[in-house]
Amino acid sequence: MQRRTILKGGAALGFASMVGGKVAFAQGLEKVKAGFVYVGPIGDGGWTFQHHEGALAVQEAFGDKVEIVWQENVPEGADAERVLTQMALSGCNIIFTTSFGFMDPTNAVAAKFPDIKFEHATGYKREHPNVSTYNARFYEGRAVQGHIAGKMTKSNKIGYIASFPIPEVIMGINSYYLHAKKVNPDVELSIVWAFTWFDPAKEADSAKALIDQGVDVIASHTDSTAPLAEAAKTNGAVIGFGQASDMADYKPSPRVSSIIDNWAPYYVKRVGELLDGTYAQVDSWAGIPEGEVEIGEITDAVPADVKAEAEAMRDAIAARTYHPFTGPINKQDGTPWLAEGVTAPDGDLLGMMFYVEGITGDIPS
Amino acid sequence: MVRLEKRPSPSAFWLWATPVLAVILTMIAGGIMFAILGKNPFEAIRTIFWDPLFNEQFASYSRPQLLVKAGPLILIAVGLSLGFRAGIWNIGAEGQYIMGAIFGAAVGLALYPIETRWVFPMMVAAGIFGGWLWAMIPAILKTRFNTNEILVSLLLVYVAQNILASMSIGLLRNPEGGGFPGSRNLSQIPAMANPELIPGTGLHWGVILAFVVVIAAYILLQRHILGYHIKLAGQAPKAARFAGVSPNRLVLLCMGLSGALAGMAGLFEVTGPSGQISIDFNVGYGFTAIIVAFLGRLNPIGILLAGLLMALTYIGGELASFMLGLPAAAIQAFQGMLLFFLLAVDLLTNFRIRFGTIKEAR
Repeated sequence: MQRRTILKGGAALGFASMVGGKVAFAQGLEKVKAGFVYVGPIGDGGWTFQHHEGALAVQEAFGDKVEIVWQENVPEGADAERVLTQMALSGCNIIFTTSFGFMDPTNAVAAKFPDIKFEHATGYKREHPNVSTYNARFYEGRAVQGHIAGKMTKSNKIGYIASFPIPEVIMGINSYYLHAKKVNPDVELSIVWAFTWFDPAKEADSAKALIDQGVDVIASHTDSTAPLAEAAKTNGAVIGFGQASDMADYKPSPRVSSIIDNWAPYYVKRVGELLDGTYAQVDSWAGIPEGEVEIGEITDAVPADVKAEAEAMRDAIAARTYHPFTGPINKQDGTPWLAEGVTAPDGDLLGMMFYVEGITGDIPS
Repeated sequence: MVRLEKRPSPSAFWLWATPVLAVILTMIAGGIMFAILGKNPFEAIRTIFWDPLFNEQFASYSRPQLLVKAGPLILIAVGLSLGFRAGIWNIGAEGQYIMGAIFGAAVGLALYPIETRWVFPMMVAAGIFGGWLWAMIPAILKTRFNTNEILVSLLLVYVAQNILASMSIGLLRNPEGGGFPGSRNLSQIPAMANPELIPGTGLHWGVILAFVVVIAAYILLQRHILGYHIKLAGQAPKAARFAGVSPNRLVLLCMGLSGALAGMAGLFEVTGPSGQISIDFNVGYGFTAIIVAFLGRLNPIGILLAGLLMALTYIGGELASFMLGLPAAAIQAFQGMLLFFLLAVDLLTNFRIRFGTIKEAR
């Protein structure tokens, strides 16, 4: 108990020295110190880079009303808990933890600092009133990629470099496959499990393995540019997509399009709410309509008609007139999942641990 | 002209002065690096070495965290140092650490939800066994087939990492975790938890065991015949053989001991600070402990101090990273400098620096 009181005292101290009794509105803060905890290096060119872009957007939006601090390369586990505690003690008012593995540490530290807001990306635990979670509907972007992949493949073999067998990744695989299959009934999907979020060497090996199998369109759910670098070695025979970040260096080919995680709108919104006193706990899951998921420029390597179709799909998703998981869809074993015209409930997606019909192989377990 | 002259025997003064000199040189070179990065070097050095201990805002939290971070490092490094002294090179403590955690966690989770007092001791025993078993593979291969224990133990780290990944998404996965990788949180299950024993001190069973092991290793090396054999085998292998020391027995003993201690460290970590078996459970303690062992001169007391110093650079580095916006790579480079300077000035222990030209003997 004693440690908790010490911590609370320390937190209150840091809080007071930061805010200095300058509370403007009923609950709003005059100045916000926002902390960002990254799992990788900012220079990864993908996941962490995009979160940092979001952090910088917060700084830009609010100027000297906001101070941002961040820490990169934080291991998931015991170290994360310490980093979070130290950030809280240093007077942060809100802390964003940007990797799934920070889930338990975020909730544990949040319990000790009830006055500080915690925001955990891609997790599902909100054990305390000061913990919110946020994620993006990446599967919406995968639908557009699947369409391009189905149209572009010459070998009818497309590939997917998967990170970990969790619902978020499986959702992406299913969406990618469904939309490739829709425009190309002969398409076959090969999946390689890399068991990492960021490991350029492993990602390159995975891409090589797919290319050796005859795959000519590769999507990846890992963070580095290594798969595109491998595809670039094939002189245009193999194409791929930017992941998390635009990866524009590989334009116009092999990178023919990309999924861009744009966290800026969410970060700006949440910090703004803290400033004006309207902040409340949320479980946010935004996508293309909100601008949190963006489709990077579709290059000239893609024929104009395919590009137009892909953009039409993007716009339909943005207008909420099309849902990437619209029935009829069967599960891999042939049992029905969604009936004709029915769209997938969020709960089904968040717990998705099955492939859709047509995908071969098993989810590793 | 500067030249080196070999000392007749290693200098006792420099043996202990070189680590201090290395820390000072690291501060100077690191300070220059921070200055080039556009940060105030004095502020950066102060944040790394001073703030975790004495900063009003943090110290009450950071100081106990030093023990949490140093505990596994010391536990592993002491085990490794015994082998290193005897010329037996266990480089795979990271793998033994992982296997200890897996074995211990598996026993605990198999018994879930039994809530009795003997669950935790059984897990500790399983953790020790797991680490020992993983170290026995290179040990037996060395004694039977004369393979190189450096290579085998190192490569087994990668095997252990793959087993860890498979356990986190398979056998040990939390059945209530919604399909996400990772086991149940052991630190939240009272029968399996390794909590902070005295609030506000950071002391958990692993830290206490680390202190016990330091003392035990000190006594072993100073007073026990086995300690004498270990030292003898390292300094004069032939003499050791004449004195009746069996090299094979020594390999099995030293590898086994270091593996068991690494496994124990893994178990205390997975039930305490880390909390769960997950794909990224290991964060390099097993490799960092090699640095700690040498920084501490393969001496138990030295390792205790080296472990605390290393923990200080980690925790201070974290503070400097987010308070001053230093890139994580700069902190890693700073830690690398420490090892570099230590090895460089180590020269002074065995050599004298002489100025002037050599008078040629005719």
